[in-house]
Amino acid sequence: MRLTVNGQAQEAAPLPGQCLRTLLRELGWFGVKKGCDAGDCGACTVHVDGEPVHSCLLPAFKAEGRAVTTVEGLAGTCRPGGGAPENRHPMQEAFLNAQGFQCGFCTPGMIMTAAALDQAQRRDLGTALKGNLCRCTGYRAIRDAIAGTAHAEAPQSCEAPVGRNLPAPASAAVVAGRAAYTLDLAVDDLLHLKVLRSPHAHAHILRIDREAALAVPGVVAVFTHEDVPAQRFSTGRHQIRADDAPDTLMLDPIVRFVGQRVAAVLAESEAAAEAGVRALVVTYAPRAALLDPEIALTADAPLVHDPGDREPPRPGEDAPPIHAHPNLAAEVHGAIGDVETGFAEAALVYEEEYVTQRVQHAHLETHGAIGWRDAEGRLVVRSSTQVPFLTRDALCDLFGLEQSRVRVLCGRVGGGFGGKQEMLTEDLVALAVLRTGRPVKWELTRQEQFTATTTRHPMRVRVKLGARKDGTLTAISLKVLANTGAYANHAGGVLHHGCNECISAYNSPNKRVEGYSVYTHTLPSGAFRGYGLSQTIFAIESAMDELARGLGIDPFEMRRRNAVRPGDPMVSTSLEPHDVEYGSYGLDQCLDLAQAALAEHSGEAPPDPSWLVGEGMAMAMIDTIPPRGHYAHARIRLETDGRYALSVGTAEFGNGTSTVHGQLAAQALATTPDRIRLTQADTDAVPHDTGAYGSTGTVVAGQANHRAALALSVMIREAAAARQGVDPDACRLAMDAVETPMGRVPLSDFAPIEATATADGSPRSVAFNVQAFRVAVHPASGEVKILASIQAADAGVVINPMQCRGQVEGGVAQALGAALYEDYRFAEDGSVVTQTFRNYHIPACADVPETRVLFAKTYDRVGPLGAKSMSESPYNPVAPALANAIRDATGARLTATPFAPDRIFRQVMQAVADREARAKADRSEAIAVASL
Amino acid sequence: MDLSGITSIIEPKRPDVLPDWQDGDAWLAGGTWLFSEPQPHLRRLIDLAALEWAPSTVSDEGLALAATCTIAQLDRLELPSGWIASPLIGECCRALLGSFKIWNRATVGGNLCMALPAGPMIALTAALDGVCTIVSPNAAERRVSVIDFVLGPQKTTLGRGEILRSISMPAEALGRRTAFRRISLSPNGRSGALVIGTLDADQNLTLTITASTRCPVQIAIGPTPSADTLREEIAGAIAEADWYDDVHGAPDWRRHVTLLLAEEIRRELAR
Repeated sequence: MRLTVNGQAQEAAPLPGQCLRTLLRELGWFGVKKGCDAGDCGACTVHVDGEPVHSCLLPAFKAEGRAVTTVEGLAGTCRPGGGAPENRHPMQEAFLNAQGFQCGFCTPGMIMTAAALDQAQRRDLGTALKGNLCRCTGYRAIRDAIAGTAHAEAPQSCEAPVGRNLPAPASAAVVAGRAAYTLDLAVDDLLHLKVLRSPHAHAHILRIDREAALAVPGVVAVFTHEDVPAQRFSTGRHQIRADDAPDTLMLDPIVRFVGQRVAAVLAESEAAAEAGVRALVVTYAPRAALLDPEIALTADAPLVHDPGDREPPRPGEDAPPIHAHPNLAAEVHGAIGDVETGFAEAALVYEEEYVTQRVQHAHLETHGAIGWRDAEGRLVVRSSTQVPFLTRDALCDLFGLEQSRVRVLCGRVGGGFGGKQEMLTEDLVALAVLRTGRPVKWELTRQEQFTATTTRHPMRVRVKLGARKDGTLTAISLKVLANTGAYANHAGGVLHHGCNECISAYNSPNKRVEGYSVYTHTLPSGAFRGYGLSQTIFAIESAMDELARGLGIDPFEMRRRNAVRPGDPMVSTSLEPHDVEYGSYGLDQCLDLAQAALAEHSGEAPPDPSWLVGEGMAMAMIDTIPPRGHYAHARIRLETDGRYALSVGTAEFGNGTSTVHGQLAAQALATTPDRIRLTQADTDAVPHDTGAYGSTGTVVAGQANHRAALALSVMIREAAAARQGVDPDACRLAMDAVETPMGRVPLSDFAPIEATATADGSPRSVAFNVQAFRVAVHPASGEVKILASIQAADAGVVINPMQCRGQVEGGVAQALGAALYEDYRFAEDGSVVTQTFRNYHIPACADVPETRVLFAKTYDRVGPLGAKSMSESPYNPVAPALANAIRDATGARLTATPFAPDRIFRQVMQAVADREARAKADRSEAIAVASL
Repeated sequence: MDLSGITSIIEPKRPDVLPDWQDGDAWLAGGTWLFSEPQPHLRRLIDLAALEWAPSTVSDEGLALAATCTIAQLDRLELPSGWIASPLIGECCRALLGSFKIWNRATVGGNLCMALPAGPMIALTAALDGVCTIVSPNAAERRVSVIDFVLGPQKTTLGRGEILRSISMPAEALGRRTAFRRISLSPNGRSGALVIGTLDADQNLTLTITASTRCPVQIAIGPTPSADTLREEIAGAIAEADWYDDVHGAPDWRRHVTLLLAEEIRRELAR
């Protein structure tokens, strides 16, 4: 058939069941993204004869004779693989100027949708954009873009760029739909990989008959547990690999959750691979499954890693289990002082159990990788990962390869949120490349993303706090049960971290923590924004609110009285020395800023007078870097054109560190960020980089970069001084030249010259976030409407206020999803019911209020140029702040997220009725007293 | 998404040359649901768009919608001014979980045939006494009310090879006063309860309840009911087990908010 795409007549032969999105990508239009593949997310939006449609839902044959416009051709005609049209479409320009994106994966669809809106639709973006999901921004920046509000400054005019609103270096490519994400490249001779997944929560695979699958035309190979390395590993990646228990096989004869890999099929097309998967015949011996973490440690619980099958995995070295139960994956215990004495001294003791649910990262780019052999025969894997170096190391371990024989790199990565601190696709892709010698692609479907990747750890937290009449805490006790699922990736780290900053943020002479992370036959939990803290902070900050209420103390004041301040030891449950210090301290400012803003900022009015209005707040502290070493290398070279080439290891997945790298280097080299060319996320680029996790993009990789840039600045000035016969101290870098007492010397005279530097992630500092809400709650339906949202953040020196604001807004939005809507539902057999975005609701534009973001003014002596991390932590105080506001409005203390109307309405109605009854009793008492 | 099991597309130009129905066949209307989930059991798609049915017909009898009328075409309809129920159309279009881009492809008939409890076209056509015209493989026609067409979640009266041809709503129903209420777990989420009240010329209140129940429920309440009567009528018409349970709302909440919304409607239409 013939169709016109972006003004080009194209010939195509779509398969009968093919959707237009796939056809367009096959034709080279990689700006058309595959986000959900089900019409929910809108990332694939194109115009067909001028009408916007989700191209994943449109049968390709329907495009015959039609004119299709993709984001690449929105501004004018263009050829696939050719250059972009000369000018940007006004909507592309608007998204660039407002920086209406972070990872940018949703951006092509967002722009194509926004460009098709009429005036009336633009006035109601909540409705107009309900078919476009963005997981990064929280939508404010998108609303600004559509309204034509500009924020970004021109890079070439930003001398001394630290503190300026620089746009992301990839902006032009992102809005043009030309930024190449992981799978946005055409590869010749490509094989496709698909996986058969377990229908059983626990079973022994007795037999896999691959004959019929191999007979499917196009199927090249089938891999089963008989074909993979015998070595066990953890999908969770850390600098210290022993942190995580090696309990995972690439393909395992025992399946431990519904959705676990059973076998992989490699074929000439995705359709053939899928047909091959359907043709596999597997005989299972189902076993009893453990789905409930509450009974995991009982004597007769089904065992997830049964010592009867094989030697139990070596425990992870981060928080290893102490008690002997095979279902125990990690354990933490610690105490200072004596909590019982503390509770005895308290005027008020509050104890309650808080439950946080399983949630998905829901980055719009699913996990995926393409592997091939390069000209030197090396294994190359291009992957959607936050940890290319650690993945390279893991592949080397698994396949017994030297580091020099494996290269892992990233394209632009479409979101991560911790979900890509795992090796979930690269191992099978590598196996397939090594066995066939051909390029191999594996892209997870959205369904697989929900059923077979990782999630936040569900937790039950029993918290007990005691305080004196004046509010001073006397004791803190935490008992945590985390569900790590079938594998222990991140089990110890999340438990350990989750029990740390939430209580080291408070002074109390008596603290005790007891934590268990247990295996179950459910999909694995893993690293998730906040890394355990969002769950424990929900418990502690809710409990702090109850104490404050019980003692009649303002909740902000309650924190001021108890939170640590410089000079106080930061102690969770051990008095052992550590490397966390007060590089700066802005919690006091954050509390003041949020409280003042809440008082002055009335926000929206409640929908009608029957709604109940209340206010609430919560705070969060986070160490700026994970413990025990986080390493980065940076190399910067002055090129012969007088510009700089900067190489760092960390990936860009919407975290904005690429922008910050340019700003830090340009600041050190007295130039503008447009003169810094960045190479990143490639094991060929630098010797090592631990990865973009634990909020380290700016404070570790940025630190290495800044040190390298400073070193290069010294080298250039010394070279200039030697040439001119002057004192290096009298020389000064100035854009494209060195100014010396003997005149200007062009920079290019000294090229090439390069410097390298490293950072080791120690010492560490602390960052703070305070969230406040005013909410309205419908007293009968349980609906919650946010009237005002404020977050005050202590990020040290804010390198890029526009971007950092975006990180905070995005964190609040993602946390609102977990606080209000998101939840996994499981069937009785342990399978995941919520497999699509329409059944797992992440915040859409209409769901996210504008959050007023305020920054403390601090300068951190640990971080680069005074900066601290600010990416995970905005997420952490949101759920308790919202719960506290709902408590204030209604009297209902909610102890489980999400606060969806159908889950809270009974408790809200009961609390309102109780309160009214009490008020009535008080009134009659008052009347009785008055009449005496 | 790609439906990799599909081996052929059939585009019949006339209704009398429809192919013989086989296992693995599916009618293709807008495709917005069909292409949104894996369909491993399907082999052929028979494209109804090829039949080029007129999307809508307005006459003295009322409004007839072809099954292939898109939500966008329905939303754009200009209707006689005496049909004061017509604002319901826009309300129900907006109740669709899918965005305006989905409206460009999704069809009224597809929404009925999907038979999801939250299907807003079911709510609209049921509330307006819609009648489905169904064509069987031997070209015979039968008619069934929308209320009886939808039997339960993703279950209709359609037999093997039958096609939903059109939905007709009588002018009398389109002339009624109406009130619309909807609630969901998130502001624009899938409906947890969708309740429509209509008042006929004799002031008889009829409630149509969808989304909160497994299939649409219509209750003829009668003139000027009290709040208690309304509650009793609803309780009597809907058994406990018929309140729908899925991730878009727990059944006890759906029951509770249905009663709240029905009461709001009662008050609005009593004014």
